[in-house]
Amino acid sequence: MAEAVGFFTDTSVCIGCKACEVACKEWNQLKGNTPAFLADSFDNTGRLDDQNWRHVAFIDKVPEATMTTGNGAAWLMFSDVCKHCKHASCMEVCPTNAIIRTEFDTVFIQQDVCNGCRDCIAACPFGVIGFSEQTGTAHKCTFCYDRLQSGLMPACAKVCPTQAIQFGPLGEMQKKADARLATLQAQGTTQARLYGRDEKVYGGLNAFFLLMDKPEAYGLPNEANAVLPRRNNRSGYFGAVVTAALGALAGLVALRDRGATRRAEDALRRSGPGGRM
Amino acid sequence: MAEHFVAAPRWEWYILGYFFLGGLAGGMYALATMLRLWGSPRDEAAARTGFLAAFPLLVLCPILLTIDLGRPVRFWHMLVDTTPGHGGLAFKYWSPMSVGSWALLVYGAFALVSFIEVRALDGRTRAPLARAIAHALAGGAGRAFNVVGALLGLYVASYTGILLSVSNQPIWSDTGALGGLFLASGLGGSAALLAWLARYRPEGEATEWRLAQAERYFAIMELLLIALVFANLAGAGTLARALAKPWGVLWALVVASLVPPLVGMGGPAVQVASGSGSAAVARAAGASRTPMVASVLLGVLLMRFVVIWSAQF
Repeated sequence: MAEAVGFFTDTSVCIGCKACEVACKEWNQLKGNTPAFLADSFDNTGRLDDQNWRHVAFIDKVPEATMTTGNGAAWLMFSDVCKHCKHASCMEVCPTNAIIRTEFDTVFIQQDVCNGCRDCIAACPFGVIGFSEQTGTAHKCTFCYDRLQSGLMPACAKVCPTQAIQFGPLGEMQKKADARLATLQAQGTTQARLYGRDEKVYGGLNAFFLLMDKPEAYGLPNEANAVLPRRNNRSGYFGAVVTAALGALAGLVALRDRGATRRAEDALRRSGPGGRM
Repeated sequence: MAEHFVAAPRWEWYILGYFFLGGLAGGMYALATMLRLWGSPRDEAAARTGFLAAFPLLVLCPILLTIDLGRPVRFWHMLVDTTPGHGGLAFKYWSPMSVGSWALLVYGAFALVSFIEVRALDGRTRAPLARAIAHALAGGAGRAFNVVGALLGLYVASYTGILLSVSNQPIWSDTGALGGLFLASGLGGSAALLAWLARYRPEGEATEWRLAQAERYFAIMELLLIALVFANLAGAGTLARALAKPWGVLWALVVASLVPPLVGMGGPAVQVASGSGSAAVARAAGASRTPMVASVLLGVLLMRFVVIWSAQF
């Protein structure tokens, strides 16, 4: 197995240029969706899906009142991507084993195995995966698997002009992130925090983030809500077994013949044909 | 409070059709088995109707599921691991869709064998294989076979709810009671449908009244499970979404569809005493209950519709 790779996406230096989105589409030959004007911000991509494997979200933090120069955040820029979770919800439910972990420790959908059941879409807590009508399969960021195999860095990291997207061995990325967080903290930027750097979110994310607000503000589940689909197997099966047992009991009580049929018929015969029960 | 940032899998009409038919197919076999195990010899008529109905209902299920796939020709990837270097069978006990694919296959075999057995018992087929099956399943071995088939049927009728819960979708993953709810509703719908179908066989009406009794119990179970689901959703903070504009009304209709079986309207309006009873009279009596059966089945469909759609739209 090759060395585990990581993305360190530092939102504190993202300028929202969307070069990552463009480079991703160029390299991966994604046509993109029909252009739409979302009239919400400078973000007209909207969300990650089968055509958008990087998405720069513009999270509105524009203050209501006029501020003095240098005061008040305007946007939280956030280049979102598949998190390549260590404990991946999509991989957990995939019934065909189309979703695998590669030699680079990334999460990858094998296009020739996927049959388009979309269970992974129901499972991914980040809304990363999209279904393509064109291929009939599920798609998401591949971590530029083909580039990794050739010793190249992923396209988005390659073009990022501000080093908001950094790529390298996972351990190295984590050290960089720790140093960056310490620098920001020292400068008094206390709202800075790392997301997915440790194992608290899905056992750790190979694509982790430095955020400037709480995860929910970015549309990311917090630690309490970062849970795996299989947690519901226990209660689901318990409920079904209890219901099945009660159903069988109901069947035993209602359907068992204790001469009831004959008694009912005798009663009816006495009351005459056509009598009501 | 649960917060969800997922995308919708867009499981829609084919899946609704599957959930509906799967619930009835599984429930039919389970009820037919219970009638054979616990009923009188005269209940065999209704039991046979159940086995005859279970297979045709079930056989539509994999067809709907396959059409719903993005790549229908790869339906068999659910069963065989085609990842290079892996090989072998694809089976994950922790993924309900994986287990369910296998359960559908195995249950399908049980439903088919019982279907053939009943055809042979009814004298509708004289094929040597069919007669051999009927011969082999006479007695204890047949009952054991039915019990295993019934357990598989109960699984098929319930796991679809578990499958929804084993996700990160709002509403679905906020409760563990959907499996039970789908099962109770599938059993209730099956009891109504079986009572309605049974009258097409001589002696079938003997079972109608007790099937209506069973239906009443299943309706009570379903109501309790709906309450449990709502309580779970309230705890997770997604009840408001589950009861938002169209869905609340539809839930009310689901509950309303349980009222007739609950107050005993599922029983035959006219009980025909044996001897005096002609099948024509029984059929006429049953026909008057057609709207009731239709409303129960509509409730089964509507409940699944609300659960599937309210989480995704």
